[in-house]
Amino acid sequence: MTEDDLDRNRRHFLTVATLATGAVGAAMVAVPFLSSLQPSARAQALGAPVEVPLGSLQPGEMIRVLWRGKLVFVLRRDEKMLAGLPGVVDDLRDPNSEVAEQQPEYAANDTRSVKPEYLVVEGSCTHLGCAPLEDFEVRPAEGWGGGFFCPCHGSKFDLAGRVYKGVPAPTNLRVPPYRFVSDELILIGQDTGAA
Amino acid sequence: MSRIEAEVGKPKGGLMKWIDDRFPLTKTMEHHVTKYYASKNFNWWYVFGVLAMVVLVIQLLTGIFLTMNYKPSAADAFASVEYIMRDVEWGWLIRYMHSTGASFFFIVVYLHMFRAMLYGSYKKPRELIWLIGMLIFLVLMAEAFAGYLLPWGQMSYWGAQVIISLFGAIPVVGDALVEIIRGDYSISDITLNRFFALHVIVLPLALIGLIFVHIVALHEVGSNNPDGIDIKKHKDENGKPLDGVAFHPYHTSKDLVGIIVFLMIFSAVVFFAPDMGGYFLEHANFEPANVTATPEHIAPVWYFTPYYAILRAVPDKFWGFVLFALAVILPIFLPWLDRARVRSIRYRGWMYKSALTVFVITFLSLLVLGLAPAEGVYVILARIFSVLYFAFFLLMPYYTSRDKTKPLPDRVVYHD
Repeated sequence: MTEDDLDRNRRHFLTVATLATGAVGAAMVAVPFLSSLQPSARAQALGAPVEVPLGSLQPGEMIRVLWRGKLVFVLRRDEKMLAGLPGVVDDLRDPNSEVAEQQPEYAANDTRSVKPEYLVVEGSCTHLGCAPLEDFEVRPAEGWGGGFFCPCHGSKFDLAGRVYKGVPAPTNLRVPPYRFVSDELILIGQDTGAA
Repeated sequence: MSRIEAEVGKPKGGLMKWIDDRFPLTKTMEHHVTKYYASKNFNWWYVFGVLAMVVLVIQLLTGIFLTMNYKPSAADAFASVEYIMRDVEWGWLIRYMHSTGASFFFIVVYLHMFRAMLYGSYKKPRELIWLIGMLIFLVLMAEAFAGYLLPWGQMSYWGAQVIISLFGAIPVVGDALVEIIRGDYSISDITLNRFFALHVIVLPLALIGLIFVHIVALHEVGSNNPDGIDIKKHKDENGKPLDGVAFHPYHTSKDLVGIIVFLMIFSAVVFFAPDMGGYFLEHANFEPANVTATPEHIAPVWYFTPYYAILRAVPDKFWGFVLFALAVILPIFLPWLDRARVRSIRYRGWMYKSALTVFVITFLSLLVLGLAPAEGVYVILARIFSVLYFAFFLLMPYYTSRDKTKPLPDRVVYHD
């Protein structure tokens, strides 16, 4: 066979077909490797919902719990704290919880909670994930109605985890899915079905 | 003619010939070492490439020995580092060499990059060397970042939390990407384990491969010099550049002096100030990782702070990430941003000289500001210097093409 006898179209087709088949094969082989990087069955099992008893939590007190290895704040707000919530609305970026991913629908209300008294939010600043510190003391002179302060880059949140304007955090603190199993027990990580 | 006579006059026989018939040993040695001609007028700026290699060897060697005692699990990592420091014979030395080596790697690489900016080493025909070099720099940053998580101290944990969260700022895929990086819903044992794999296998392999290609590309086009002129224009009758001397034994002897001075400084830090007052090993990292409490003051290690200062200067999460990423990758484009007809700063005009001076001040200021808390005047300064940082690169096509340059000499110049 000489060069002149070459069917170039056919050769080109075979080259492209071989490359395409190879690429599909490589993509299929990549699936198990990439999938192995996702949270494993054990990580998912360890990320199961956690029960938090509320019996000993006094008004004005907060506890920290871990769900999926993430910090979650459970704050029992007293009447003064709840009464102060509407007062800071003008200083907030998203007072009405309009960013849908930041809370389940049932927490997209004025108190960002199922029961107004109990605030359940992830203790992870929506800026870069530092753990905000609580600062519940009201200091009207500084325009501070109490809430959370992130030590890393100075983001501020109110007592419903709503972000203030003019800070680096873009959105409100995230409310995890949760439900009340009874008056004194909540389940964080699950909001429907049996516990 | 007998067979013996035929052998006479051949340059070599025996083992070397046997090898050379099967492997290009002599050819490779000549091409890269004994007949690689680099300019005679190299100054001390030209020692940092070799020093980077020295630090790489220190890191590989100490790293291998650390893995023999380190345990990459959230439960054991912190304790195993303490164990290396206290119970393993000479473990403290090996670990301090490794932690000090990390900081020195960046000192040496930053100076190496600055040398390229001084003498225009990234300009044609060395664009690819610069490009590969920038890739090495990116891999080195990833390597340092992954390594910093391994001791599982407070700063390891929260530093990783902040940097990984950055990727969450990417629209649409951000959250999924963060989960793939962590392999969990938060930074955990799983994250630590995979960062260990990245730090000891994936990234070092990439680093070594890229350095190999960096040097192959360099030896193809030849080294630049402080005058930024082509030394291959004038050759003797054997084809050897008149202004060049062989890498070995000439440049190697000179490099040896640099290496010894470097090792003196390096040893002084390892023995007398291994934590460098909290800058090489941050104080918060002497406490084990605590998921429930962020340290009062979070700052990355000093070599990341120029970029971190830019990140913090932007009062918006997404744009902060964009400018941070841009600040890191922008130098990649230097070969095309720089329009000057001369390479070396020696023959450039006042515009580039001033711009480079301002850039050095800017970079160092951002470095310091990234370590300071993000409050008051620091934020304003960080914003000013961020603007200057970007201006240096983005205005470069303008000021380098207008700058008045001096005529280039025909042969390299000595300043003794």
